[in-house]
Amino acid sequence: MRRSKRFRVLEQRPIHREAFVHPWPDVGLVVTDSPNDPKPSLHGKDGRVVEMDGVRLQEMDMIDRFIADHALDVEIAPEAMATPSSTIARMLVDINVPRHKVARLARGCTAAKLVDIVRHLNVLEMMVALSKMRLRRTPANQAHVTNRKENPALLAADAAEAALRGFAENETTVGVARYAPLNALAILVGSQVGRGGVLTQCAVEESVNLRLGIKGLTSYAETLSVYGTEGAFVDGDDTPWSKAFLASAYASRGVKVRFTSGTGSEALMGHAEGRSMLYLEARCLLVTRGAGSQGVQNGSISCVALPESLPGGVRAILAENLLAAMLNLEVASGNDALASHSDIRKTAKLMCQFIPGTDFVHSGYSSVPRYDNLFGGGCFDASEYDDYLVLQRDMQVDAGLRPVREEQVLAARDQAARAVQAVYAGLGFPDITEDEIAAATTANDSRDMPDRDVVADLAAADALLEDDRGLVDVIRALDQAGHAETAERLLELGRQRVAGDYLQPSAIFDDHFHVLSAINDRNDYAGPGTGYRLEGERWREVADIPLARDPASYLEGQGEHPAQRLQDLGPAAKGTTAEVIVAVGPAFGQALTETIGGLPHEAVLEQLVAGIAEEGTWARIIKVHHTADCAFIGHVGAQLSGSGIAIGLQSRGTTVIHRADLAPLTNLELFPQSPNLTLASYRQIGRNAARYAKGKPVRPVPVEVDNWARLRLIVKTMLLHRREIEQIEPDRSPTELHFGFEPEVAP
Amino acid sequence: MTYPLREDAQVDVRARTGRALRDITLEALRSGDLTLDDLTIHPETLRTQAAVAEESGFTQLAANLRRAAELAHIPTEKVLAIYHALRPRRASYQELLALAEELEHEYQAIHNAKLIRQAAEAYRARGLA
Repeated sequence: MRRSKRFRVLEQRPIHREAFVHPWPDVGLVVTDSPNDPKPSLHGKDGRVVEMDGVRLQEMDMIDRFIADHALDVEIAPEAMATPSSTIARMLVDINVPRHKVARLARGCTAAKLVDIVRHLNVLEMMVALSKMRLRRTPANQAHVTNRKENPALLAADAAEAALRGFAENETTVGVARYAPLNALAILVGSQVGRGGVLTQCAVEESVNLRLGIKGLTSYAETLSVYGTEGAFVDGDDTPWSKAFLASAYASRGVKVRFTSGTGSEALMGHAEGRSMLYLEARCLLVTRGAGSQGVQNGSISCVALPESLPGGVRAILAENLLAAMLNLEVASGNDALASHSDIRKTAKLMCQFIPGTDFVHSGYSSVPRYDNLFGGGCFDASEYDDYLVLQRDMQVDAGLRPVREEQVLAARDQAARAVQAVYAGLGFPDITEDEIAAATTANDSRDMPDRDVVADLAAADALLEDDRGLVDVIRALDQAGHAETAERLLELGRQRVAGDYLQPSAIFDDHFHVLSAINDRNDYAGPGTGYRLEGERWREVADIPLARDPASYLEGQGEHPAQRLQDLGPAAKGTTAEVIVAVGPAFGQALTETIGGLPHEAVLEQLVAGIAEEGTWARIIKVHHTADCAFIGHVGAQLSGSGIAIGLQSRGTTVIHRADLAPLTNLELFPQSPNLTLASYRQIGRNAARYAKGKPVRPVPVEVDNWARLRLIVKTMLLHRREIEQIEPDRSPTELHFGFEPEVAP
Repeated sequence: MTYPLREDAQVDVRARTGRALRDITLEALRSGDLTLDDLTIHPETLRTQAAVAEESGFTQLAANLRRAAELAHIPTEKVLAIYHALRPRRASYQELLALAEELEHEYQAIHNAKLIRQAAEAYRARGLA
C-alpha cells in the first residue's frame, strides 16, 4: 500500500498515542446527552419530594433519596424547575444578573435540570459563567508534593519551594502507606518555611487521614470520593450518609474538607447504568452539597483520559466545574492527573479553567518532576514552571503562581530541610544528615538524594501515628532548635484551627495569615471592570519573571567606542570610475558599533572592502544620513557609484546589493537575516558586488536560514533600528568616509 | 458579622480546653502547659461558624458544622466506629437505630442521630443494612 510521507509524520505526533473512541452510551461511554439520561422533573407533597427526574419515591436509590432529603431546597425548587433551562443558561452569562440569583435557582434544581441548563452553553459561555460563579474572588492554586524515596528533607524542601512559588495548598500522599505521618509532617513544616498560611494535606485512607488531622499534622482533606450511581458508591465502600458523617468528623477536629468526584469514574467502575458522565457528575455534586462539604475537587481528576477519549469530553469537564460553582461549592478544578501526551492539547484544556479562574486552578500541580509524582504523573510539573509563569504574564491572568529567584528558592529549601531535620531530632526520629540537607537543597528529584534507613523511618512513622504526639511537639522541636519564625507560623496555624475560619467555603490564607473565603472574599464579578483583576502590585509581581530582562541591556556596549578608523570627508560626489560603493546607515560606527550578531562594524567593513578588492576592483565608502532603510541606503549608494553597484549596510548588519537602474525596493541580493551573517558572508558579499560591477557571472551568497532568529532577536532588532532612526538627519546629503584599512590582495 | 473570628478582638474565641487565643503563645508552649487540645476547635466555635455559613446561604455546610459541634465531644475511636458502621452492609437496620439512640441520649448528638436514622431507612430500602 502506498503511504503519504506527511501522514507518516503526523503519526509520530504525541497526539497519536492517545485513545479516541466513538460514543457507546449503553456502557457509559458518553459525556453528555445519553439517551438513557432522565428528563428533569420534580414533584413534592407536604414539603417532601415524591418524584424526581422521573423516579418515584419508592423506586429511588440511595443517591436520589439523599439528594431529595439534603441537597434540594424544596422552597425554591418549584420556581427553579419551572424556569426554562435556556433562561437560567442565559442568566449564567448575563453580566446584569448577579451571581447570587443564579446560585439561588440552582438550589432548587435536580441533577437532570442542572445538566439541561449547561447543555445550552458552549465552552466560551461556560468560561464566562465560571468566572462569575466561582466562589472566591481571588483565584488560587494547589500543589502536589511527593517523591519516590519518601525522603523527608526533599519533601520539606519541595513543599517550601511550592509555598514560595505561590501555591495556597500543598498535598502529599504516600508510596508506602505507613509513611503517611512522616510525609504529612515534612510538608507541614516545609510549607510553613516557604510561606506562612499554606494549608496542607496527606491523601491516605480515611481513618489514618482523620488521625493526622486530629494531630494537627494536616489542615484539610480531599480524599472523600463520591459517585453518581449506587453501584459505584457501594463499590467504593461508602454511602452518601457515611461521607456526610465523615465530613462532620473532620470538621469536628477543625479539618477543612473537600469532596472528590469527576466524570468517568462510574463508567470506569462498571456502574454507569448507561447514563452520561455529566449527568452522573451532577448527582455527585448534589450529594457533595447535601453532605455539607464546603467544596469539591472535580474535573474528572484521575479518570480524565476517559471523557477525553470521547467527543466533547473537555467541554464536559468544564461543565462539571461550572455545575459545582453554581451549587456554591469551592472548586479545585482538576488539571492534576496526566491528561494528554500532547502539550498542545493539555494546555488548551487547561485554558478552560486558567482563563476564567477557579478556587484552585489545579487540584494538584505537580511541584515535583513527574518522575517523583505519586499521584499518577502530574499533568503539569516542575519542569513547566517557567512556561506557566509566561502564560500568566501573557494573558494577564492570575493562576496563583509567583515568579521566584534561584537564590531565594535555595535558601528556603535549605531552611526547610533543616527545620524538618530539627523536628526529627527533637522527636527522636532517625537522623537527617547534612548530606541529605545539601542534596535536598539543590535536588531536582529523588534520584539526587541519598537512601535512608526505610525500616527505621517506618518504625518512627508507626510510633508517631500511635502515640499522642502532634502539632505541639513539632512546634516545640522547632522552637528549641532555633527555628523560631517557623515555630511561630505553625503556632498561628494552631490558632487558626481554634478559630475555624478556614472551614468556610473556598478558604485559603494570604501571606499575612489573613483568611480569604467565600464569606469575606466573595466573588463579585459582574462584567468588565468588576471582580478579581490582576493589577497593581500583584500584576507587577506576575509580570516580573526572571526570564524578562531590561531591554536597555540589548544596547550595552553599542557606541561606547566609536570607530577610530572612519573619518568623514564631507559630501560625497558621484563616482566616475568602476568602484563599488559601500553605503552605511546613519548610526554606523558611531551611535552603533556592532551588528546584531555582535560583529564590530570595522571588522564587517574590512571584509566587504577586502572581498571587493579580491575581485579586482576597489571600494568607496559613503554614509547615508537621511534614511535608515536598508533598500534606500543601497539605492542611494548605487546612484553615487561609478559602477552603478553598491552594497547597502544598515548598522544592525542587514545588507543589500543594489544597482543604480533598479527601483529602490528591488535588489540584486538581499540579506535580511543579519544575525546569521558571519564575517565570511560579508567577504563573499563584497566579492559578489565586485563581480556584478565587472559584469561577471555571480552565484548568490548562500546564507543560513534560521526563522527563529527573528523571535529571539526581535527586541534587539527593534532597539538597534530605533537608535539608527534617531541618527537620521533628513536634510543631510551622503558623505564620503575614509576608512583606514588597506586590503592585502594577492596580485 | 464577626468573620473572620481570628481577627475580631471582640469575639472571645477559646480552644477546646477553654484557653483563649491570645494565650496560645510560644511562651506558654515553652513553659510546658500547651497541649494539642489547646490547638483544637471548641464546639461552640463550630456552632458560631455554622451560623456564619447559614447567614451567607451555605445551608448544608451549616448543618454539617452543627453535626461537627456534636461530634467534637465524642472520642475519636467512637467517631471512627460510627463511620464504619455507616459504610454499606456493616450494620443492621436495628443496629443503626440503636447507634442513633446512643448518640442522641449519651452524647446529645441530635443532628447526627437524625442523619443515622435517615441512613437506616435508606439502607433498609436499598438492601444495604
